[in-house]
Amino acid sequence: MKLIVAIIQPHRLPAVKKALYDSQVYKITVSTVLGCGEETGYQETFRGVEHEVTLLKKVRLDIAVNEDFVEPTIDAIIEGARTNNVGDGKIFVRTLDECIRIRTGERGNRAIG
Amino acid sequence: MKRIMIVFTVCLLAAVPASAQGSIGETANALDTMWVLIAAFLVFFMQAGFGMVEAGLIRAKNAANILMKNMMDFSIASIGFFICGYALMFGGSGALFGTKGWFLMGAESAEGLPLYAFWMFQAAFCGTAATIVAGGMAERMKFSAYLLYSFVISACIYPIVGHWIWGGGWLYNLNFHDFAGSTVVHTTGGFAALIGTILLKPRIGKFNVDGSPNFIAGHNMPLVSLGVFILWLGWFGFNPGSTLGFGDPEQVSRVVINTNLAAAAGAIVAMAVAWARYGKPDLALTLNGALAGLVAITAPCAIVTPISAVAIGIIGGILCVFGVSWLDQLKIDDPVGAVAVHGLNGIWGTLAVGLFGQAALGSPNDGLFFGGGFYQLGVQALGSISVIAFVVSSMWLVFKTIEAMVGLRVTEKEELQGLDIGEHGMESYSGFQIFLTE
Repeated sequence: MKLIVAIIQPHRLPAVKKALYDSQVYKITVSTVLGCGEETGYQETFRGVEHEVTLLKKVRLDIAVNEDFVEPTIDAIIEGARTNNVGDGKIFVRTLDECIRIRTGERGNRAIG
Repeated sequence: MKRIMIVFTVCLLAAVPASAQGSIGETANALDTMWVLIAAFLVFFMQAGFGMVEAGLIRAKNAANILMKNMMDFSIASIGFFICGYALMFGGSGALFGTKGWFLMGAESAEGLPLYAFWMFQAAFCGTAATIVAGGMAERMKFSAYLLYSFVISACIYPIVGHWIWGGGWLYNLNFHDFAGSTVVHTTGGFAALIGTILLKPRIGKFNVDGSPNFIAGHNMPLVSLGVFILWLGWFGFNPGSTLGFGDPEQVSRVVINTNLAAAAGAIVAMAVAWARYGKPDLALTLNGALAGLVAITAPCAIVTPISAVAIGIIGGILCVFGVSWLDQLKIDDPVGAVAVHGLNGIWGTLAVGLFGQAALGSPNDGLFFGGGFYQLGVQALGSISVIAFVVSSMWLVFKTIEAMVGLRVTEKEELQGLDIGEHGMESYSGFQIFLTE
Protein backbone atom coordinates (compact mmCIF):
# COMPACT_ATOMS: atom_id res chain seq x y z
CA MET A 1 0.00 0.00 0.00
CA LYS A 2 1.20 3.48 -0.83
CA LEU A 3 0.12 6.95 0.10
CA ILE A 4 0.49 9.29 -2.86
CA VAL A 5 0.73 12.95 -1.93
CA ALA A 6 0.69 15.47 -4.76
CA ILE A 7 1.02 19.25 -4.71
CA ILE A 8 -0.51 20.81 -7.84
CA GLN A 9 -1.58 24.15 -9.26
CA PRO A 10 -5.12 24.94 -8.05
CA HIS A 11 -6.48 25.48 -11.55
CA ARG A 12 -5.36 22.01 -12.64
CA LEU A 13 -7.59 20.28 -10.08
CA PRO A 14 -10.55 19.70 -12.41
CA ALA A 15 -8.26 18.13 -15.05
CA VAL A 16 -6.51 15.96 -12.45
CA LYS A 17 -9.82 14.79 -11.01
CA LYS A 18 -10.98 13.79 -14.47
CA ALA A 19 -7.75 11.95 -15.28
CA LEU A 20 -7.90 10.07 -11.98
CA TYR A 21 -11.52 9.16 -12.59
CA ASP A 22 -10.61 7.84 -16.05
CA SER A 23 -7.93 5.68 -14.40
CA GLN A 24 -10.51 4.29 -11.96
CA VAL A 25 -9.07 6.10 -8.98
CA TYR A 26 -12.18 7.36 -7.24
CA LYS A 27 -11.01 8.10 -3.72
CA ILE A 28 -9.08 11.26 -3.03
CA THR A 29 -8.72 13.87 -0.33
CA VAL A 30 -8.13 17.45 -1.45
CA SER A 31 -6.92 20.33 0.68
CA THR A 32 -5.78 23.83 0.01
CA VAL A 33 -2.26 24.61 1.14
CA LEU A 34 0.39 27.31 0.94
CA GLY A 35 3.92 26.60 -0.11
CA CYS A 36 6.98 27.62 -2.04
CA GLY A 37 9.20 25.81 -4.49
CA GLU A 38 11.01 27.00 -7.56
CA GLU A 39 8.17 29.21 -8.72
CA THR A 40 8.80 32.84 -7.85
CA GLY A 41 6.35 34.75 -5.70
CA TYR A 42 4.69 38.06 -6.41
CA GLN A 43 4.51 41.56 -5.05
CA GLU A 44 1.52 42.89 -3.13
CA THR A 45 1.01 46.44 -2.00
CA PHE A 46 -1.39 47.62 0.64
CA ARG A 47 -1.89 51.38 0.95
CA GLY A 48 1.44 51.94 -0.70
CA VAL A 49 3.41 49.52 1.44
CA GLU A 50 5.03 46.70 -0.51
CA HIS A 51 5.05 43.12 0.55
CA GLU A 52 6.66 40.12 -1.11
CA VAL A 53 4.42 37.07 -1.18
CA THR A 54 6.49 33.90 -1.33
CA LEU A 55 3.99 31.30 -0.15
CA LEU A 56 1.75 30.48 -3.08
CA LYS A 57 -1.68 28.87 -3.06
CA LYS A 58 -1.53 25.21 -4.03
CA VAL A 59 -3.82 22.22 -3.86
CA ARG A 60 -2.72 19.03 -2.12
CA LEU A 61 -4.06 15.59 -2.99
CA ASP A 62 -3.80 12.59 -0.67
CA ILE A 63 -4.53 9.27 -2.34
CA ALA A 64 -4.10 5.87 -0.72
CA VAL A 65 -3.69 3.08 -3.28
CA ASN A 66 -2.82 -0.59 -3.61
CA GLU A 67 0.46 -1.46 -5.38
CA ASP A 68 -1.06 -2.05 -8.82
CA PHE A 69 -2.65 1.42 -8.81
CA VAL A 70 0.52 3.36 -7.98
CA GLU A 71 1.72 3.91 -11.55
CA PRO A 72 -1.72 4.64 -13.05
CA THR A 73 -2.34 7.22 -10.30
CA ILE A 74 1.00 8.91 -10.89
CA ASP A 75 0.38 8.96 -14.64
CA ALA A 76 -3.07 10.45 -14.18
CA ILE A 77 -1.82 13.22 -11.90
CA ILE A 78 0.91 14.09 -14.38
CA GLU A 79 -1.55 14.03 -17.26
CA GLY A 80 -3.90 16.43 -15.50
CA ALA A 81 -1.41 18.72 -13.79
CA ARG A 82 1.41 19.17 -16.28
CA THR A 83 1.60 22.51 -18.08
CA ASN A 84 5.40 22.40 -18.63
CA ASN A 85 5.86 25.46 -16.44
CA VAL A 86 7.80 25.91 -13.24
CA GLY A 87 5.28 25.48 -10.43
CA ASP A 88 3.42 22.46 -11.83
CA GLY A 89 4.10 20.71 -8.53
CA LYS A 90 5.43 17.43 -7.19
CA ILE A 91 4.28 13.92 -6.38
CA PHE A 92 5.49 12.09 -3.27
CA VAL A 93 5.01 8.35 -2.87
CA ARG A 94 5.24 6.94 0.63
CA THR A 95 4.82 3.51 2.11
CA LEU A 96 1.55 3.15 3.96
CA ASP A 97 1.68 0.95 7.05
CA GLU A 98 -1.98 0.40 7.64
CA CYS A 99 -5.41 1.41 6.41
CA ILE A 100 -8.65 0.84 8.30
CA ARG A 101 -12.16 1.46 7.05
CA ILE A 102 -14.00 2.95 10.01
CA ARG A 103 -17.46 1.65 9.10
CA THR A 104 -16.54 -2.04 8.87
CA GLY A 105 -13.21 -2.31 10.66
CA GLU A 106 -11.66 -3.86 7.49
CA ARG A 107 -7.91 -3.48 7.24
CA GLY A 108 -5.25 -3.36 4.54
CA ASN A 109 -5.84 -3.76 0.82
CA ARG A 110 -9.54 -4.42 1.21
CA ALA A 111 -10.02 -1.20 3.15
CA ILE A 112 -8.37 0.86 0.42
CA GLY A 113 -10.22 -0.59 -2.58
CA MET B 1 -50.29 61.47 12.83
CA LYS B 2 -53.01 63.63 11.36
CA ARG B 3 -52.60 66.07 14.25
CA ILE B 4 -48.88 66.33 13.66
CA MET B 5 -49.53 67.08 10.02
CA ILE B 6 -51.97 69.83 10.95
CA VAL B 7 -49.46 71.39 13.36
CA PHE B 8 -46.80 71.11 10.66
CA THR B 9 -49.04 72.76 8.08
CA VAL B 10 -49.96 75.56 10.47
CA CYS B 11 -46.29 76.18 11.16
CA LEU B 12 -45.57 76.21 7.45
CA LEU B 13 -48.40 78.66 6.82
CA ALA B 14 -47.26 80.80 9.73
CA ALA B 15 -43.87 81.00 8.11
CA VAL B 16 -45.43 82.22 4.90
CA PRO B 17 -45.51 86.03 4.78
CA ALA B 18 -48.50 88.06 3.74
CA SER B 19 -47.71 87.97 0.03
CA ALA B 20 -48.58 84.32 0.14
CA GLN B 21 -48.99 83.46 -3.53
CA GLY B 22 -45.35 83.69 -4.59
CA SER B 23 -44.08 82.12 -1.39
CA ILE B 24 -46.28 79.04 -1.73
CA GLY B 25 -44.82 78.62 -5.18
CA GLU B 26 -41.33 78.89 -3.71
CA THR B 27 -42.17 76.38 -0.99
CA ALA B 28 -43.51 73.96 -3.57
CA ASN B 29 -40.36 74.37 -5.61
CA ALA B 30 -38.21 73.80 -2.52
CA LEU B 31 -40.11 70.60 -1.74
CA ASP B 32 -39.80 69.40 -5.33
CA THR B 33 -36.07 70.08 -5.22
CA MET B 34 -35.74 68.25 -1.92
CA TRP B 35 -37.60 65.25 -3.31
CA VAL B 36 -35.41 65.10 -6.40
CA LEU B 37 -32.25 65.38 -4.30
CA ILE B 38 -33.38 62.66 -1.89
CA ALA B 39 -34.15 60.49 -4.93
CA ALA B 40 -30.71 61.31 -6.34
CA PHE B 41 -29.10 60.15 -3.09
CA LEU B 42 -31.11 56.91 -3.22
CA VAL B 43 -30.01 56.33 -6.82
CA PHE B 44 -26.42 57.05 -5.74
CA PHE B 45 -26.79 54.34 -3.10
CA MET B 46 -27.62 51.87 -5.88
CA GLN B 47 -23.89 51.94 -6.67
CA ALA B 48 -23.39 50.14 -3.38
CA GLY B 49 -26.09 47.68 -4.39
CA PHE B 50 -24.46 46.94 -7.75
CA GLY B 51 -21.09 46.63 -6.05
CA MET B 52 -22.36 44.05 -3.55
CA VAL B 53 -24.35 42.07 -6.15
CA GLU B 54 -21.43 41.88 -8.55
CA ALA B 55 -18.81 41.15 -5.91
CA GLY B 56 -20.92 38.39 -4.40
CA LEU B 57 -21.73 36.72 -7.72
CA ILE B 58 -18.09 36.33 -8.77
CA ARG B 59 -15.15 34.50 -7.21
CA ALA B 60 -13.30 35.79 -4.17
CA LYS B 61 -10.11 36.32 -6.13
CA ASN B 62 -11.73 39.07 -8.24
CA ALA B 63 -13.84 40.87 -5.64
CA ALA B 64 -11.56 43.86 -5.03
CA ASN B 65 -11.27 44.35 -8.79
CA ILE B 66 -15.02 44.60 -9.35
CA LEU B 67 -15.44 46.95 -6.40
CA MET B 68 -12.66 49.14 -7.79
CA LYS B 69 -14.57 49.23 -11.09
CA ASN B 70 -17.76 50.22 -9.30
CA MET B 71 -15.94 52.95 -7.42
CA MET B 72 -14.42 54.31 -10.60
CA ASP B 73 -17.71 54.07 -12.51
CA PHE B 74 -19.41 56.59 -10.32
CA SER B 75 -16.37 58.81 -10.02
CA ILE B 76 -15.68 58.86 -13.74
CA ALA B 77 -19.38 59.19 -14.58
CA SER B 78 -19.62 62.23 -12.29
CA ILE B 79 -16.70 63.97 -13.96
CA GLY B 80 -17.61 62.84 -17.49
CA PHE B 81 -21.24 63.86 -17.08
CA PHE B 82 -20.05 67.23 -15.78
CA ILE B 83 -17.58 67.85 -18.61
CA CYS B 84 -19.70 66.90 -21.61
CA GLY B 85 -22.39 64.35 -20.68
CA TYR B 86 -24.95 66.87 -19.51
CA ALA B 87 -24.34 69.08 -22.54
CA LEU B 88 -24.83 66.17 -24.96
CA MET B 89 -27.96 65.05 -23.12
CA PHE B 90 -29.78 68.29 -22.26
CA GLY B 91 -28.03 70.98 -24.32
CA GLY B 92 -30.81 71.93 -26.70
CA SER B 93 -33.33 70.11 -28.84
CA GLY B 94 -31.22 68.77 -31.71
CA ALA B 95 -32.49 65.46 -33.06
CA LEU B 96 -29.36 63.46 -32.17
CA PHE B 97 -27.49 65.27 -29.39
CA GLY B 98 -27.28 68.50 -27.44
CA THR B 99 -24.56 71.05 -28.06
CA LYS B 100 -24.41 73.50 -25.18
CA GLY B 101 -23.65 73.49 -21.49
CA TRP B 102 -20.11 72.11 -21.51
CA PHE B 103 -18.88 72.06 -17.88
CA LEU B 104 -22.46 73.15 -17.08
CA MET B 105 -21.61 76.63 -18.36
CA GLY B 106 -24.79 78.11 -19.78
CA ALA B 107 -26.62 74.84 -19.17
CA GLU B 108 -30.36 74.84 -18.58
CA SER B 109 -32.33 72.82 -16.08
CA ALA B 110 -35.72 71.16 -16.51
CA GLU B 111 -39.05 71.22 -14.68
CA GLY B 112 -38.11 74.43 -12.91
CA LEU B 113 -35.61 72.61 -10.71
CA PRO B 114 -32.29 74.18 -9.78
CA LEU B 115 -29.73 73.12 -12.37
CA TYR B 116 -27.38 71.53 -9.86
CA ALA B 117 -30.12 69.42 -8.29
CA PHE B 118 -31.30 68.21 -11.71
CA TRP B 119 -27.69 67.52 -12.71
CA MET B 120 -27.08 65.48 -9.56
CA PHE B 121 -30.14 63.33 -10.23
CA GLN B 122 -29.17 62.77 -13.87
CA ALA B 123 -25.52 62.11 -13.00
CA ALA B 124 -26.58 59.39 -10.56
CA PHE B 125 -28.51 57.74 -13.40
CA CYS B 126 -25.51 58.01 -15.68
CA GLY B 127 -23.33 56.22 -13.11
CA THR B 128 -25.92 53.45 -12.92
CA ALA B 129 -25.81 52.79 -16.66
CA ALA B 130 -22.01 52.60 -16.57
CA THR B 131 -21.84 50.24 -13.61
CA ILE B 132 -24.29 47.68 -15.05
CA VAL B 133 -21.63 46.74 -17.55
CA ALA B 134 -18.96 45.89 -14.95
CA GLY B 135 -20.77 42.68 -14.01
CA GLY B 136 -21.04 41.35 -17.55
CA MET B 137 -17.33 41.81 -18.16
CA ALA B 138 -16.24 40.65 -14.71
CA GLU B 139 -13.27 38.44 -13.82
CA ARG B 140 -11.20 38.94 -16.98
CA MET B 141 -11.15 42.55 -18.20
CA LYS B 142 -8.08 44.73 -17.87
CA PHE B 143 -8.58 47.52 -15.40
CA SER B 144 -6.98 50.17 -17.64
CA ALA B 145 -9.29 49.18 -20.50
CA TYR B 146 -12.23 49.41 -18.13
CA LEU B 147 -11.38 52.99 -17.15
CA LEU B 148 -11.39 54.04 -20.80
CA TYR B 149 -14.68 52.27 -21.46
CA SER B 150 -16.23 53.83 -18.36
CA PHE B 151 -15.40 57.37 -19.44
CA VAL B 152 -16.73 56.89 -22.97
CA ILE B 153 -20.05 55.36 -21.94
CA SER B 154 -20.79 57.97 -19.28
CA ALA B 155 -19.52 61.00 -21.16
CA CYS B 156 -20.82 60.13 -24.65
CA ILE B 157 -22.87 56.97 -25.25
CA TYR B 158 -25.35 57.20 -22.38
CA PRO B 159 -25.92 60.97 -22.80
CA ILE B 160 -26.69 60.54 -26.51
CA VAL B 161 -29.28 57.85 -25.83
CA GLY B 162 -30.61 60.02 -23.01
CA HIS B 163 -30.90 62.98 -25.36
CA TRP B 164 -32.93 60.99 -27.87
CA ILE B 165 -35.46 60.02 -25.22
CA TRP B 166 -35.39 62.63 -22.45
CA GLY B 167 -33.45 65.57 -23.81
CA GLY B 168 -35.73 66.59 -26.67
CA GLY B 169 -34.24 64.34 -29.36
CA TRP B 170 -35.98 62.44 -32.13
CA LEU B 171 -37.54 59.68 -30.03
CA TYR B 172 -38.81 62.27 -27.54
CA ASN B 173 -40.55 64.01 -30.41
CA LEU B 174 -42.13 60.73 -31.53
CA ASN B 175 -43.71 60.42 -28.04
CA PHE B 176 -41.57 57.45 -27.14
CA HIS B 177 -42.28 56.87 -23.44
CA ASP B 178 -39.60 55.70 -21.02
CA PHE B 179 -40.50 57.11 -17.65
CA ALA B 180 -37.41 56.26 -15.63
CA GLY B 181 -35.06 54.53 -18.02
CA SER B 182 -35.78 50.91 -19.01
CA THR B 183 -34.25 51.88 -22.34
CA VAL B 184 -32.08 54.88 -21.45
CA VAL B 185 -30.31 53.22 -18.54
CA HIS B 186 -30.93 49.48 -18.62
CA THR B 187 -31.04 48.60 -22.32
CA THR B 188 -27.98 50.80 -22.80
CA GLY B 189 -26.09 49.17 -19.92
CA GLY B 190 -27.32 45.66 -20.70
CA PHE B 191 -26.36 45.74 -24.38
CA ALA B 192 -23.03 47.43 -23.71
CA ALA B 193 -22.42 44.51 -21.33
CA LEU B 194 -23.49 42.03 -24.03
CA ILE B 195 -21.13 43.37 -26.68
CA GLY B 196 -18.36 43.67 -24.09
CA THR B 197 -18.70 40.11 -22.87
CA ILE B 198 -18.85 38.76 -26.43
CA LEU B 199 -15.66 40.60 -27.39
CA LEU B 200 -13.90 39.55 -24.19
CA LYS B 201 -14.86 35.88 -24.73
CA PRO B 202 -15.80 33.53 -21.86
CA ARG B 203 -13.80 33.13 -18.67
CA ILE B 204 -11.32 30.24 -18.55
CA GLY B 205 -13.25 27.14 -17.53
CA LYS B 206 -16.75 28.48 -18.18
CA PHE B 207 -17.38 26.24 -21.18
CA ASN B 208 -16.13 22.73 -21.84
CA VAL B 209 -14.65 21.63 -25.16
CA ASP B 210 -18.05 20.25 -26.16
CA GLY B 211 -19.65 23.63 -25.41
CA SER B 212 -21.54 22.66 -22.26
CA PRO B 213 -21.46 25.35 -19.57
CA ASN B 214 -19.69 24.86 -16.26
CA PHE B 215 -20.77 26.11 -12.90
CA ILE B 216 -18.66 28.99 -11.62
CA ALA B 217 -20.39 29.82 -8.38
CA GLY B 218 -20.49 33.22 -6.74
CA HIS B 219 -18.46 33.39 -3.57
CA ASN B 220 -20.75 35.30 -1.23
CA MET B 221 -24.54 35.00 -1.44
CA PRO B 222 -25.21 37.17 1.65
CA LEU B 223 -23.46 40.04 -0.15
CA VAL B 224 -25.60 39.47 -3.25
CA SER B 225 -28.74 39.50 -1.12
CA LEU B 226 -27.71 42.71 0.63
CA GLY B 227 -26.97 44.24 -2.76
CA VAL B 228 -30.39 43.35 -4.14
CA PHE B 229 -32.16 44.85 -1.13
CA ILE B 230 -30.07 48.02 -1.53
CA LEU B 231 -31.00 48.15 -5.22
CA TRP B 232 -34.68 47.62 -4.44
CA LEU B 233 -34.48 50.53 -1.96
CA GLY B 234 -32.57 52.62 -4.48
CA TRP B 235 -35.27 51.98 -7.06
CA PHE B 236 -37.68 53.93 -4.81
CA GLY B 237 -35.52 56.89 -5.79
CA PHE B 238 -34.92 55.80 -9.38
CA ASN B 239 -38.59 55.49 -10.42
CA PRO B 240 -40.58 57.75 -8.05
CA GLY B 241 -37.84 60.41 -8.28
CA SER B 242 -38.30 60.53 -12.04
CA THR B 243 -41.52 62.44 -11.41
CA LEU B 244 -39.04 65.31 -10.86
CA GLY B 245 -41.34 66.81 -8.27
CA PHE B 246 -43.95 66.10 -5.62
CA GLY B 247 -46.64 68.20 -7.22
CA ASP B 248 -48.69 65.10 -8.06
CA PRO B 249 -48.58 62.86 -4.98
CA GLU B 250 -51.06 60.50 -6.64
CA GLN B 251 -48.58 59.84 -9.47
CA VAL B 252 -45.59 59.45 -7.12
CA SER B 253 -47.56 56.94 -5.05
CA ARG B 254 -48.62 55.00 -8.14
CA VAL B 255 -45.00 54.78 -9.23
CA VAL B 256 -44.00 53.56 -5.77
CA ILE B 257 -46.59 50.77 -5.58
CA ASN B 258 -45.97 49.67 -9.18
CA THR B 259 -42.21 49.52 -8.57
CA ASN B 260 -42.68 47.44 -5.46
CA LEU B 261 -45.25 45.05 -6.93
CA ALA B 262 -43.24 44.38 -10.08
CA ALA B 263 -40.13 43.56 -8.04
CA ALA B 264 -42.09 41.23 -5.78
CA ALA B 265 -43.76 39.48 -8.72
CA GLY B 266 -40.42 39.14 -10.52
CA ALA B 267 -38.80 37.53 -7.48
CA ILE B 268 -41.67 35.08 -6.86
CA VAL B 269 -41.93 34.03 -10.49
CA ALA B 270 -38.18 33.66 -10.96
CA MET B 271 -38.15 31.45 -7.87
CA ALA B 272 -41.04 29.35 -9.20
CA VAL B 273 -39.55 28.96 -12.67
CA ALA B 274 -36.14 28.05 -11.27
CA TRP B 275 -37.76 25.60 -8.84
CA ALA B 276 -39.70 23.92 -11.65
CA ARG B 277 -36.73 23.81 -14.04
CA TYR B 278 -33.85 23.00 -11.73
CA GLY B 279 -35.56 21.27 -8.81
CA LYS B 280 -34.64 23.82 -6.15
CA PRO B 281 -35.58 27.44 -5.45
CA ASP B 282 -32.32 29.09 -6.47
CA LEU B 283 -31.37 32.17 -4.43
CA ALA B 284 -29.21 33.77 -7.12
CA LEU B 285 -31.94 33.51 -9.77
CA THR B 286 -34.62 34.70 -7.34
CA LEU B 287 -32.55 37.78 -6.52
CA ASN B 288 -31.99 38.36 -10.23
CA GLY B 289 -35.76 37.97 -10.70
CA ALA B 290 -36.47 40.85 -8.31
CA LEU B 291 -34.05 43.03 -10.27
CA ALA B 292 -35.65 41.91 -13.54
CA GLY B 293 -39.06 43.02 -12.27
CA LEU B 294 -37.59 46.36 -11.24
CA VAL B 295 -35.93 46.92 -14.61
CA ALA B 296 -39.11 45.97 -16.46
CA ILE B 297 -41.35 48.35 -14.50
CA THR B 298 -38.93 51.26 -14.88
CA ALA B 299 -40.33 52.50 -18.21
CA PRO B 300 -44.04 51.97 -17.56
CA CYS B 301 -44.15 52.64 -13.80
CA ALA B 302 -46.13 55.88 -14.03
CA ILE B 303 -48.70 54.98 -16.66
CA VAL B 304 -49.95 51.51 -15.69
CA THR B 305 -52.22 50.21 -12.97
CA PRO B 306 -50.89 48.02 -10.14
CA ILE B 307 -52.44 44.91 -11.74
CA SER B 308 -50.52 45.63 -14.94
CA ALA B 309 -47.38 46.16 -12.84
CA VAL B 310 -47.72 42.65 -11.42
CA ALA B 311 -48.13 41.23 -14.93
CA ILE B 312 -45.04 43.14 -16.11
CA GLY B 313 -43.04 41.83 -13.15
CA ILE B 314 -44.17 38.24 -13.81
CA ILE B 315 -42.94 38.33 -17.41
CA GLY B 316 -39.75 39.99 -16.19
CA GLY B 317 -39.06 37.14 -13.76
CA ILE B 318 -39.63 34.51 -16.47
CA LEU B 319 -37.44 36.35 -18.98
CA CYS B 320 -34.65 36.61 -16.46
CA VAL B 321 -34.40 32.88 -15.72
CA PHE B 322 -34.66 31.85 -19.38
CA GLY B 323 -32.35 34.66 -20.45
CA VAL B 324 -29.59 33.37 -18.20
CA SER B 325 -29.78 29.90 -19.73
CA TRP B 326 -30.16 31.20 -23.31
CA LEU B 327 -26.87 33.04 -22.93
CA ASP B 328 -25.23 29.85 -21.67
CA GLN B 329 -26.57 28.01 -24.72
CA LEU B 330 -25.16 30.72 -26.97
CA LYS B 331 -21.81 30.32 -25.18
CA ILE B 332 -21.87 33.91 -23.99
CA ASP B 333 -20.41 34.23 -20.52
CA ASP B 334 -22.20 36.86 -18.45
CA PRO B 335 -21.03 36.21 -14.87
CA VAL B 336 -23.76 38.17 -13.07
CA GLY B 337 -26.70 38.02 -15.48
CA ALA B 338 -26.41 41.68 -16.54
CA VAL B 339 -27.70 40.94 -20.03
CA ALA B 340 -30.70 38.91 -18.87
CA VAL B 341 -31.64 41.35 -16.11
CA HIS B 342 -30.93 44.72 -17.73
CA GLY B 343 -30.77 44.03 -21.48
CA LEU B 344 -33.75 41.73 -21.99
CA ASN B 345 -35.92 43.32 -19.34
CA GLY B 346 -35.01 46.78 -20.57
CA ILE B 347 -36.59 45.77 -23.88
CA TRP B 348 -39.54 44.13 -22.16
CA GLY B 349 -40.25 47.15 -19.96
CA THR B 350 -40.09 49.45 -22.95
CA LEU B 351 -42.52 47.31 -24.95
CA ALA B 352 -44.79 46.97 -21.91
CA VAL B 353 -45.56 50.70 -22.22
CA GLY B 354 -47.11 49.93 -25.61
CA LEU B 355 -49.10 47.02 -24.17
CA PHE B 356 -50.26 48.13 -20.73
CA GLY B 357 -50.00 51.94 -20.93
CA GLN B 358 -53.12 54.01 -20.29
CA ALA B 359 -53.63 57.52 -21.62
CA ALA B 360 -55.72 58.31 -18.55
CA LEU B 361 -52.63 57.78 -16.41
CA GLY B 362 -50.39 59.93 -18.59
CA SER B 363 -49.27 57.62 -21.41
CA PRO B 364 -48.99 59.33 -24.80
CA ASN B 365 -51.46 56.75 -26.15
CA ASP B 366 -53.42 53.80 -24.81
CA GLY B 367 -51.55 50.53 -25.11
CA LEU B 368 -52.61 47.49 -27.11
CA PHE B 369 -54.41 45.88 -24.14
CA PHE B 370 -56.36 49.05 -23.46
CA GLY B 371 -57.80 49.59 -26.90
CA GLY B 372 -55.07 51.85 -28.24
CA GLY B 373 -54.00 49.55 -31.04
CA PHE B 374 -50.43 49.01 -32.15
CA TYR B 375 -49.31 52.64 -32.49
CA GLN B 376 -47.57 53.13 -29.14
CA LEU B 377 -46.18 49.59 -29.25
CA GLY B 378 -44.66 50.38 -32.64
CA VAL B 379 -43.06 53.57 -31.34
CA GLN B 380 -41.68 51.71 -28.33
CA ALA B 381 -40.27 48.92 -30.53
CA LEU B 382 -38.69 51.44 -32.88
CA GLY B 383 -37.06 53.24 -29.97
CA SER B 384 -35.79 50.04 -28.39
CA ILE B 385 -34.35 48.70 -31.65
CA SER B 386 -32.71 52.04 -32.51
CA VAL B 387 -31.06 52.31 -29.09
CA ILE B 388 -29.83 48.71 -29.28
CA ALA B 389 -28.41 49.29 -32.77
CA PHE B 390 -26.69 52.49 -31.65
CA VAL B 391 -25.29 51.03 -28.41
CA VAL B 392 -24.09 47.78 -29.97
CA SER B 393 -22.40 49.47 -32.94
CA SER B 394 -20.85 52.35 -30.99
CA MET B 395 -19.70 50.14 -28.11
CA TRP B 396 -18.25 47.63 -30.57
CA LEU B 397 -16.17 50.44 -32.01
CA VAL B 398 -15.19 51.67 -28.55
CA PHE B 399 -14.12 48.22 -27.35
CA LYS B 400 -12.22 47.51 -30.58
CA THR B 401 -10.39 50.84 -30.23
CA ILE B 402 -9.55 50.11 -26.58
CA GLU B 403 -8.37 46.63 -27.58
CA ALA B 404 -5.99 48.18 -30.10
CA MET B 405 -4.76 50.74 -27.57
CA VAL B 406 -4.26 48.75 -24.35
CA GLY B 407 -5.86 45.33 -24.90
CA LEU B 408 -9.12 44.16 -23.35
CA ARG B 409 -8.23 41.03 -21.48
CA VAL B 410 -5.71 40.15 -18.79
CA THR B 411 -3.19 37.34 -19.33
CA GLU B 412 -4.18 33.74 -18.66
CA LYS B 413 -1.83 33.59 -15.68
CA GLU B 414 -3.37 36.68 -14.15
CA GLU B 415 -6.90 35.45 -14.75
CA LEU B 416 -6.10 32.19 -12.96
CA GLN B 417 -4.39 33.93 -10.07
CA GLY B 418 -7.17 36.49 -9.81
CA LEU B 419 -7.43 40.11 -10.86
CA ASP B 420 -7.18 41.32 -7.28
CA ILE B 421 -3.51 40.37 -7.14
CA GLY B 422 -2.77 40.92 -10.82
CA GLU B 423 -4.38 44.33 -11.24
CA HIS B 424 -4.34 45.79 -7.74
CA GLY B 425 -1.65 43.87 -5.87
CA MET B 426 -3.94 42.98 -2.99
CA GLU B 427 -6.42 40.37 -1.91
CA SER B 428 -9.99 40.95 -0.84
CA TYR B 429 -9.79 38.44 1.96
CA SER B 430 -6.23 38.69 3.18
CA GLY B 431 -5.74 36.31 6.09
CA PHE B 432 -8.58 34.02 5.01
CA GLN B 433 -7.79 30.80 3.28
CA ILE B 434 -9.85 30.72 0.11
CA PHE B 435 -10.28 27.38 -1.60
CA LEU B 436 -9.02 28.00 -5.11
CA THR B 437 -9.65 25.31 -7.69
CA GLU B 438 -9.66 27.32 -10.88
